Amino acid sequence: MIDTLRGRNLLTLDDFSASAILEVLDTAELFVEVNQRTIKKVPALKGRVVASLFFEESTRTRLSFETAAKRLSADVLSLAVASSSVKKGESLRDTIATIDALGIDAVVMRHSSSGAAHQVGGYVPHVRVINAGDGLHQHPTQGLLDVFTVREVLAERAHARGSETGKELFAGLHVLIVGDIRHSRVARSDIAAYSALGADVRLAAPGTLRPASLDGWPVSVVDDFEEALEWADVVGVLRLQSERGSGSFVPSLSEFTETFGLTTERASRLRPETIIMHPGPMNRGVEIDSAVADSAAAVVERQVSNGVPIRMAALYLSVTGSPEEATS
Amino acid sequence: MNFVLRQGLVVGPASTRVADVVVRDGLITEVAERVDLPAGAHEIDAQGCWVGPGFVDLHSHLREPGREAAETVASGALAAAVGGYCAMVAMPNTEPALDNVALVSYVLDKGARTALDVAVAGAITRGREGRHLAPLAEMAALGVRLFTDDGTGVQDPSLMRRALEYARPLGVRLAQHCEDESLAQGGSMNEGAVSSRLGLVGRPALAEELMVGRDIELVRLTGGSVHFLHLSTARSLAMVVAARAEGLDVTCEVAPHHLTLDESACAGFDAQFKVHPPLRTPTDVAALRQALREGLVDAVATDHAPHAPELKDRAFDEAPAGMLGLEHAAALTFEALGTAHCDPVRFFQVLSRGPARVAMLRAGDARIRHSAHGADVVAGEDANLTVFDPSARWTASREDLHSRARNTPYDGRAMNGRVRTTIAKGRLVVHEGTLV
Repeated sequence: MIDTLRGRNLLTLDDFSASAILEVLDTAELFVEVNQRTIKKVPALKGRVVASLFFEESTRTRLSFETAAKRLSADVLSLAVASSSVKKGESLRDTIATIDALGIDAVVMRHSSSGAAHQVGGYVPHVRVINAGDGLHQHPTQGLLDVFTVREVLAERAHARGSETGKELFAGLHVLIVGDIRHSRVARSDIAAYSALGADVRLAAPGTLRPASLDGWPVSVVDDFEEALEWADVVGVLRLQSERGSGSFVPSLSEFTETFGLTTERASRLRPETIIMHPGPMNRGVEIDSAVADSAAAVVERQVSNGVPIRMAALYLSVTGSPEEATS
Repeated sequence: MNFVLRQGLVVGPASTRVADVVVRDGLITEVAERVDLPAGAHEIDAQGCWVGPGFVDLHSHLREPGREAAETVASGALAAAVGGYCAMVAMPNTEPALDNVALVSYVLDKGARTALDVAVAGAITRGREGRHLAPLAEMAALGVRLFTDDGTGVQDPSLMRRALEYARPLGVRLAQHCEDESLAQGGSMNEGAVSSRLGLVGRPALAEELMVGRDIELVRLTGGSVHFLHLSTARSLAMVVAARAEGLDVTCEVAPHHLTLDESACAGFDAQFKVHPPLRTPTDVAALRQALREGLVDAVATDHAPHAPELKDRAFDEAPAGMLGLEHAAALTFEALGTAHCDPVRFFQVLSRGPARVAMLRAGDARIRHSAHGADVVAGEDANLTVFDPSARWTASREDLHSRARNTPYDGRAMNGRVRTTIAKGRLVVHEGTLV
């Protein structure tokens, strides 16, 4: 069990304790304020070098991380590895060694293979590794920004700052995660984060899009999706990973939408205060209807904006320092 | 050169006794309680050690031709000798595959230049592509006794049936890598709770068990014989044990890694632990060990699979499957058989007598220039002998390997028991644990 991210790699949320998660959320809350200033920059990582290594294309996450690093005053080395030496057959170890030789403090990496960030952590133990998504395994900053967003929304309703509420708003919170669990690194990180904070997490998915085994997972699978919608305080809709072949796990996209899509009709069963989330990019009309995605209950854009302070906090804690000195 | 192995525990097929073993001109010439040192003979102290028939590996990937950067027949033979082996079967999944007389002869010739006996397994199908039978009869005439498409199994049941029908009158055995590709494809570790957590696509136990079950039924239908390679699940083993009890001609092997590692080893995403069939659950490991102790497994076979380091440095799902085995198999088998409780008779049964029988190497064969293996340690037999020190304590290290490759999952592991001496074809090849 990991109790703090300070000085450590962020590879998975599987072994993160509630206090480790709260430390990131509370730090991020300080950075939210920075992002509202005219000059959106603090010197927290001045002189530090953060390499951004995306072996798999992702404009959104990459922009979010690079914005976070720049707001911390870090120098960002942005390498488009997907289109460079890797295509010429260079091994992961060699690519990392080359970048390490330039002198870096941290590497933010995304890779299509589960565990790639773990491997890199082993190759360059003196560099902090932040996993920006590895295969079907984990997407820890997405998990963190999701719980951060939920806490922010719930705290606002209680007229409190999120950090004042700690993890109390998560106690027994009904979280329903829907869709392509099997192929989702977001689901794995979300489940770890919500459960560590004390939420009651349930899954709804077609038989083929559930993981091969849920043994040891702190979740249950709902029998009736429709009923579960009434139960849920939070609905996390997942992207159907058609690019990972998920299309062949269901008879058709329309049948998936028919049975597990958050359609307008289904969304009408939700209680008015239920929060709807989606990690993006959305397949509108597949896992979520446009009208639902654009409804007041959906916090999709807020998730995106919270990505920056969460990634600032993750980078900051992992690479150095303490939250008190961060915003000064 | 002549030798006397002094006062080792000579391990017979049924019992053991402390004795001296005299080796002269390639043969065991005397086994007695105490012999005088013959003129010109070298004395080798074997006190406290087990002396038995030299180990035979049914399953070595020697990578020649095609991937000589990872291993050659020569380097593989050195690794094997250090591991206590006097004979091994080279697997045919080379590049190109060993699916014809010319290629088989090429490897046999390379083997004849090593200190050991190197037999060759031929491919069942041309190019190991699973579409057309390879020239089994021509290869059999060259002395090939085992045929396999190892690396994958023969997927098409009707082709496997035809192969069994064709092989039967040739007196050869088909060996199957049991994994139904339609179930296993794309997977890189055992399917289950661990793979689901790690986000790695799984190779389900069912992929193996389905093909084991299919081939047992094909053996029943055709009267042929199948050797099941590297069985890794409790259920697979139970099916083979039941089939054998029915009188079907089936044999099986287990690999050292399936006896000593389970799927949890993959949690660090180190591709050294990636192997096909994959490391299974602790329950499977326990069942395999139990079966090994009860004598239900014909052989421990290494599935020695060298890979160049840069390939194992790839991401887990992109790295090739397989791990080295020859140099650690004896100690791992000793561990699986209970270390201090290990029965030396069983130990030599699964490392020498059993595999020699499966590979049909019990008698020598002039065609492929090999001597007899897995025989009793008695006067008149070919001198293939392994001396194992059950009290040795050592630490496995990647740096100490004799293989060209370094892909062992056991780097840093504490080992019990070690091969001290290997006498292959009458020659002292390994002495005091090092190559002569």
